[in-house]
Amino acid sequence: MSDEVNDGEIDGFVRDLAREAEAGGYHTNPDREFTRSLVRGLLANRERYGYISCPCRLASGNREDDLDIICPCDYRDPDLADYGACYCALYVTADVAAGVRTPAPVPERRPPPGERERQKEERTRAGPAPGGLKYPVWRCRVCGYLCARDEPPETCPICRVSRDRFERFM
Amino acid sequence: MQHVPGVDRGRVILYALSTCGWCARTKDLLAGLGVAFSYVYVDLLAGEERDRVVREVERWNPRLSFPTVVVDGAKVIVGFREQEIREVVGV
Repeated sequence: MSDEVNDGEIDGFVRDLAREAEAGGYHTNPDREFTRSLVRGLLANRERYGYISCPCRLASGNREDDLDIICPCDYRDPDLADYGACYCALYVTADVAAGVRTPAPVPERRPPPGERERQKEERTRAGPAPGGLKYPVWRCRVCGYLCARDEPPETCPICRVSRDRFERFM
Repeated sequence: MQHVPGVDRGRVILYALSTCGWCARTKDLLAGLGVAFSYVYVDLLAGEERDRVVREVERWNPRLSFPTVVVDGAKVIVGFREQEIREVVGV
């Protein structure tokens, strides 16, 4: 592999990721070697693209187009609910983490490019807040956190993703 | 495209990402089964070569997801589906 990521950096990232996940009620995969290999991929992508794009998906290199697959991706939570793991199996549900259940293979949920473009246009068409609402409501596309304020927060207080992962909800 | 020598079970091509854990498992599985196969890390390609290979993968798997295994230009397995891979390469 052409991207050099050192072991100390990987271990540190794995630790931070696990700590943040647990704090938010999420769990990283207890298979240590597998998780390390995914984190190696995340860090390689950070070197290449400047953001931790999903190691199991082909990034375009354009942040705007890759927003939905920056880890944690927009598809993590529905995949956890349906399959017990995210697409990469970096994140797993509590029962999978405890070894009570094996996760099912996760099919790709990310829509193909044409559909993503359509969804993006729909999102940008959101008008002013509906009558009677004092503030617009913003939704975190990763974890579903809702807040009513002029702008979304800089960082999602629940899942720690950046402001540009929010969409107008109402 | 890299070639891994082994028993001839037809033309086996693995389209993979260098960063993906399931792609690595698929490659290890094929290597462990001892079948001859070719693989390409699509994320490491650039320019026209990348566009060409991306179109190739999309022809077999419109979702452009990885790993995608194509056998004899006919059978397509998307994802690390161990049993299916074993059946298709006949080991």
